[in-house]
Amino acid sequence: MYSFSRIFAVLKKELVQMRRDRLTFAIMIMIPIVQLTLFGYAINTDPRHLPTLLDIRDDGPFTRAIVSTLHTSTFFDVTGVVGSAAEGDEALKTGAADFVVIIPEGFERALVRGERPQIVVEADATDPVAAGGPVGALPVLLERALSPLMEEAALAAPDPPPWDLVVHRRYNPAGVTAYNIVPGLLAVILTMTMAMITAIAITRELERGTMETLLATPARPMEVMIGKILPYVGVGYIQIAILLIAGVGLFGVPFTGGLAPLLLGATVFIVVNLALGFLISTLARTQMQAMQMTFFFFLPSILLSGFIFPFEGMPLWARWLGEALPTTHFIRLTRAVVLKDAGFTDIVNQIWPMLIQLTVITTIAVNRYRQTLD
Amino acid sequence: MNAAEPAIRVEGLTKRFGDFTAVDHLSMSVPKGVIYGFLGPNGSGKTTTIRMMCGLLTPDEGKGTALGYDILTEGRRIKKRVGYMTQKFSLYEELSVRENLNFMARMYGESDVRARVDAVMAEYGLADRAKQLASQLSGGWKQRLALAASMIHKPDLLLLDEPTAGVDPAARRHFWERIHDMTASGITVLVSTHYMDEAIQCDHICFIHKGRKLVDAPAAEIPERSGLVTWRIKGPDLDDLAKELRRLAPVEQVARFGDALHVSGKDAGALARSLASYRDRENLELRESEAGLEEVFIHLIEQNRDDAAQAA
Repeated sequence: MYSFSRIFAVLKKELVQMRRDRLTFAIMIMIPIVQLTLFGYAINTDPRHLPTLLDIRDDGPFTRAIVSTLHTSTFFDVTGVVGSAAEGDEALKTGAADFVVIIPEGFERALVRGERPQIVVEADATDPVAAGGPVGALPVLLERALSPLMEEAALAAPDPPPWDLVVHRRYNPAGVTAYNIVPGLLAVILTMTMAMITAIAITRELERGTMETLLATPARPMEVMIGKILPYVGVGYIQIAILLIAGVGLFGVPFTGGLAPLLLGATVFIVVNLALGFLISTLARTQMQAMQMTFFFFLPSILLSGFIFPFEGMPLWARWLGEALPTTHFIRLTRAVVLKDAGFTDIVNQIWPMLIQLTVITTIAVNRYRQTLD
Repeated sequence: MNAAEPAIRVEGLTKRFGDFTAVDHLSMSVPKGVIYGFLGPNGSGKTTTIRMMCGLLTPDEGKGTALGYDILTEGRRIKKRVGYMTQKFSLYEELSVRENLNFMARMYGESDVRARVDAVMAEYGLADRAKQLASQLSGGWKQRLALAASMIHKPDLLLLDEPTAGVDPAARRHFWERIHDMTASGITVLVSTHYMDEAIQCDHICFIHKGRKLVDAPAAEIPERSGLVTWRIKGPDLDDLAKELRRLAPVEQVARFGDALHVSGKDAGALARSLASYRDRENLELRESEAGLEEVFIHLIEQNRDDAAQAA
């Protein structure tokens, strides 16, 4: 016979344990709230206000109409003007801009003569989803800008439009999602394993009491930490190798960049995550708590980093939060190196934020770390 | 450090955890080359004190030296020459006996790790189990491994925190033989325990309760110093008799040991007078004797409780 009172006894005990473990309880309550906020408010798969540069080589009412339409469009945020194609390429590569709109020399004259001049748009298509919306909106925007002027000038009927819109989907012309996901996955997997493994490896010593043995030896805390962390740095490199080989071999991701900048970025990123794991270990008392804390950090690292959902689609507060996460910067870095052939100078803007994060995390962790059992 | 200097000397050692005072102005001195029994009930502050002595916890007040080094500032020097065995087994379960010992030898910077580990394994009879994982060892063997690990760097001072908890009598006996061997070779051993049969094996005993020292004397002098007298009573229906005796004013404690009752009191004369009538009872056999350590300690705890209650 099943005894209701026994089931009730177990249930009650379980509830008491749940209440006593404040952290678990807090996380169980926080996770739905955080998920809801992130999914509901922050994530938007239809990004607007993408940074756009103009490369204007002509002048006149038509050109000005295009520029002013782009300025008023919600898809594009015109952030500046470039003087050369090379400058535009560099901006796309470093991620400073997602689009460069080029209006060629003699555009107005050619348009009036009915020579179908080209308007060239260089688009960063690493994320095919994010680039899709604005690119799709371009023909309509151009028509809206130019048609009234065309009518005014009593020129040819606008169908087909008397201009030729050329969109270069850079870095991922075929729009393969895997190209975008695989380099991002590199960052996400490292985030998860590096931080969690270190946090768990340290809390395990605390939980099992072996930390007391270690502290009773003359070993310096730094010796212990370095010795504990180094093997996991090795694990991190193995993970990178597996993901790169699988990415290129199975998904045909074009590895356009150099291995050296990627490894530099990866080393910084791995160290940041190990430091984070170290920090978590100074906050958690048990391995279970360490895992929960890592997960709590892991969630925004996936959702707010631009890994799955376009970064530019998020509201400002979420983007600031995203900027504070090392994963965001490493995702940009891996995508830039793997897909855009970015070199050392192109990834500087991703390296320094990670170094700042490393400094902040390490400072807090070292301040919290106790060489005694106090 | 001269020969007359004690192995450990602490003064006014105090440690608080929030509102709770775990160790309260404790002073003690451990002579060199003795087995120093550190006794006290659970939660009396033994582990906290030991941890402060080897630099694992920072005292809130007080000062002290271990092996001539300041416990506040020279923790690392102390650690090099102190072996510490924790209450709970705290070596690596996933490592084998040899791997654990190798690890500890390296942590202490032993120059010839292999030779030292081989020697220790031979000394503690662990050689046959070198490849066995620590997780597969029984309680007694785990304790033996832990003791071997704490001796890996040939320390001058050994701090053992309830080393025999949960260990069978044969293993405990073997363990104490080792401890006697160590002191014979000049090592000072501080051992915390609450087994009275182990307390008897110590040269010197310090008894603490609620973080305060109640007694600190050579083991042999403790019963006499306590002034406690114990009568041993043998006979039938001891449980009923115990209830009866507890009601007598001069009787402080009545405890049953097998077929005898131990009836103790501080006032020897009054106790003898109260018990006089029982002498004539049939089948009862009464004998006056020196109080045992157990009686002394229970007496001390109760006295301390009364003092604390009065102070409050």
